[in-house]
Amino acid sequence: MTSPAREYTSVVRVSGPLMVVSGVGDAAYGEVVEVRLPDGEKRLGQVLESRTDIAVIQVFGGTQDLDTDITSVRFTGEPLRMVVSPEILGRIFDGSAAPADGGGAVIPGKIMDISGSPINPTARAFPEDCIETGISAIDGMNTLVRGQKLPIFSGAGLPHSSLAAQIARQARVLRDHEEFAIVFGAMGITNEEARFFLNEFEETGALGHAVVFINRADDPAIERIITPRLALTAAEYLAFDLGMHVLVILQDITAYCEALREVSAARDEVPARRGYPGYMYTDLASIFERAGRIHGRNGSITQLPIISMPDDDITHPVPDLTGYITEGQIVLSRDLHRKGIYPPIDVLPSLSRLMSGGIGEGKTREDHGGVSDQLYAAYAKGRRLESLVTVIGEEGLSESDRRYLEFAARFETTFTGQGAAGGRTVDETLDAAWDLLRLFPAEDLNRIDTALIEKYLRRESP
Amino acid sequence: MRGALMYELVHAGTDALIGEIIGLAKDVATIQVYEDTTGIAPGEPVERTGAPLSVELGPGLLGTVYDGIQRPLEVIRNEMGDFIIRGASLPALDREKKYAFTPVAEPDEKAVPGTVIGTVSEGRFVHRILVPHGIEGAFTSVAGTGKYSITDEIAGVLTAGGNEVPVTMIRRWPVRVARPFAEKLKPEDPLITGQRIIDSFFPIVKGGTAAVPGPFGAGKTVVQHQLAKWSDADIIVYVGCGERGNELADVLRQFPALTDPRSGTPLMDRTVLIGNTSNMPVAAREASVYTGITIAEYYRDMGYDVALMADSTSRWAEAMREISGRLEEMPGEHGYPAYLASRLAGFYERAGKVRVRGPSGSKGSVSVIGAVSPPGGDFSEPVTQNTLRVVRVFWALDADLAHARHFPAINWLSSYSLYPDDVQEWWRDHVGEEWSAMRRTMLTILQKESELEEIVHLVGQDVLPEDDKLSLHVAEIIRESFLIQSAFDSVDTFCPPEKQYHMMRLITDYAGYGKEAIGKGKSVADIASLPVANRLARLGSVANDTFTEYFEETEREMASAFGQNTGGRT
Repeated sequence: MTSPAREYTSVVRVSGPLMVVSGVGDAAYGEVVEVRLPDGEKRLGQVLESRTDIAVIQVFGGTQDLDTDITSVRFTGEPLRMVVSPEILGRIFDGSAAPADGGGAVIPGKIMDISGSPINPTARAFPEDCIETGISAIDGMNTLVRGQKLPIFSGAGLPHSSLAAQIARQARVLRDHEEFAIVFGAMGITNEEARFFLNEFEETGALGHAVVFINRADDPAIERIITPRLALTAAEYLAFDLGMHVLVILQDITAYCEALREVSAARDEVPARRGYPGYMYTDLASIFERAGRIHGRNGSITQLPIISMPDDDITHPVPDLTGYITEGQIVLSRDLHRKGIYPPIDVLPSLSRLMSGGIGEGKTREDHGGVSDQLYAAYAKGRRLESLVTVIGEEGLSESDRRYLEFAARFETTFTGQGAAGGRTVDETLDAAWDLLRLFPAEDLNRIDTALIEKYLRRESP
Repeated sequence: MRGALMYELVHAGTDALIGEIIGLAKDVATIQVYEDTTGIAPGEPVERTGAPLSVELGPGLLGTVYDGIQRPLEVIRNEMGDFIIRGASLPALDREKKYAFTPVAEPDEKAVPGTVIGTVSEGRFVHRILVPHGIEGAFTSVAGTGKYSITDEIAGVLTAGGNEVPVTMIRRWPVRVARPFAEKLKPEDPLITGQRIIDSFFPIVKGGTAAVPGPFGAGKTVVQHQLAKWSDADIIVYVGCGERGNELADVLRQFPALTDPRSGTPLMDRTVLIGNTSNMPVAAREASVYTGITIAEYYRDMGYDVALMADSTSRWAEAMREISGRLEEMPGEHGYPAYLASRLAGFYERAGKVRVRGPSGSKGSVSVIGAVSPPGGDFSEPVTQNTLRVVRVFWALDADLAHARHFPAINWLSSYSLYPDDVQEWWRDHVGEEWSAMRRTMLTILQKESELEEIVHLVGQDVLPEDDKLSLHVAEIIRESFLIQSAFDSVDTFCPPEKQYHMMRLITDYAGYGKEAIGKGKSVADIASLPVANRLARLGSVANDTFTEYFEETEREMASAFGQNTGGRT
């Protein structure tokens, strides 16, 4: 895309987030435009559709106050790009990358296309370095690894923000002290949530190695379409140009998808489920697939997107499509939250697909895989029995069944519900698991290697 | 664009992006472009190629990783770096590499499509160079033994029309057209996958079709990977269609390192990978399954058994939906185009066991295993339903099983296979007489368990008669030690058919002994407390080369335990 800038005042239609400009013969698909309002304000837009006579443009700053007489549109001839340099660390930007911390513009080091390019699958290095988050339900049973994309599925009123902030604070890679950075991309979050994260970063000193992009709930909705791309472009620069290990927190993907739906509806597209566009899977993939590691490069991008499930419904299109793209999910449960358990992670629907590559002998501990499987099997059985007990009462259960019931209860209060203060090392997490597994006779532990049962079951926890 | 042909390949824009004509209306052609179209503006040129979207076929396919339109990803990486930049146009097959050619045909011999001209070796495989489609006549020349590149002439054929046609080792074939064969045959040999619930309960045959639907996290991809690793097909074509980049990285990390249990060579040597991840262009995703199956048919035509895994056909269907939406076609169910059903059927119908064309009369097969990703895990959606109408095996993945880490999470009650009757002869001839009977016994026990569970939920287990309690006890053993199979355990990941058979025998014998003991007044608690019951718990991880000994010993122990403690078997 190298055509020169052209300027038009021929806006013929404004509708929702879109505007149509006529008489444009050569607008390129994806070209950036600058919209100048009657009062002189400038807004950013992008060409969504280009025909021989008209161009359809989505206006990121919203179409409020646009008119069809005076408003002028400058076609820049460029795709959407952003300026990056090492000094973006420690900076706070708004949802379209303008400084929001009172600082000046970023002095250009490199200019990058914000849509990025797909990583060649043959260049990808398989993620297998365990990240210790200090949270037992994650480290023990849904281990996060560098280069993974592991979303948090949450609901309104659940403590996903605290959990994400806690992970950002505590995350470390075992036996490693490499440079790391945090990129926070906020789409449609409230002022309070934004303040929570900023305070958190400031108090823990994380802000110095963080880059923050904030689109607040009262900022233009369409801007949310570019915010995650800006965040990931910054992350790619830090990871693959500067060799840092980057943790990207994106909140809230549901708000992003709603912006996508708004544009799609304005274009009269045939919707798929619940009015969301048919291409939402592909669109979300273009965000989530930007996590990863590359052979021969030092850095990595680990994504921790937060998805709020409307009505806690995991089959809603946003969590559903997300789950098909990401490498697992951490699911928060309202029931556990009500019981006062923190973090309220429901391990049963939670999953880390990359766990098996990141754990075991030489990485975490030899018994990790077996212990995790055993905890899952026993907890699933305990939960099944819990629902049974409500019908037939505890008397109807065998002694063995009662052990599973007790296990499930203790698992929730002591293993999952470790409290907000501090974290556990992976060793401490696994030892806590063995403490629970001691409830059972050794022959019940059929998911763990017999030699490891010998070794760990009798060992008292330190 | 007057004169342009439907499905013709074009180069669009100043960057010459590869595209395909998918709609014609007078002089307007609609083109789907296989790359990101950012930056294309009205007025840019479009160049026709005159040919439909085709793949290159010839030696050098095995062990290679391609994108959805058969561009070699490793070569692209070497030339363009770690990120995929658009506009890459690189040949799929290496033009420079020389292959040692051994002639088979002789001058003056008759040449028809399918006649073997000669062979080259591709790793451990004999790659047969056949007379291509559309050429019939007599050989005027056949190259001698020697090293040739794929574009060198290796034979000449004088056709009936009097033309002398040079033949090389490279072929092109339009991906949307099924390659011809002489005759479809009834498939009856099982595709042995080393996965117990598949081979023993819901088998697939060489040349058969199967679907693996399941919600996210239920293990579709692990099942597909396991089949790609351990099934006894000669050649594997793995299509990663709109899925995760890290999954392909996983295959690329594991396959070169893993050895094929039958040949002892790296698994990668028998594999062709088509990787069009979810963030790569949608149109190429739509093409990727066709690219894959055309390559599969090419090896089938040499007489090989090929298995194709497509993960996931739902992403392919969504690509169709996306393109259909852009064309503003009238949508069918859930926004999918009305032709979804016929496209799915057309794809699965390219599977099958065939007698290939040509005088060799050899047989080859293509088996197709498609993953389906139903939104919300709801199997009533159009892709799952239209797939079920054409496939003969259904492995239903179940979220509850996956949550309890029961893997593979194939639900034994809702899954089915239409092939057990076809393959029982194979089991009888190659493994043992009782496969069918034991299979039925075990499935009946599991069915009984699910019925009893409803009662247990209402009134508890205590009130059940002892023989029902025994069914529950045996069903648990079947689930825990037979159906659960760890893909990550170095032994259990592949379970040979003989071992599966022995495991079935131990479990059914145990059930039989138990029943007799109960008839003699013993309780299930007595039976479950026998030490031999514990020996059944870890059968899967008994080493594959010593299991016979271990199993025979268990069998003896079982006989004596029941003999001594429960009054014996009469």
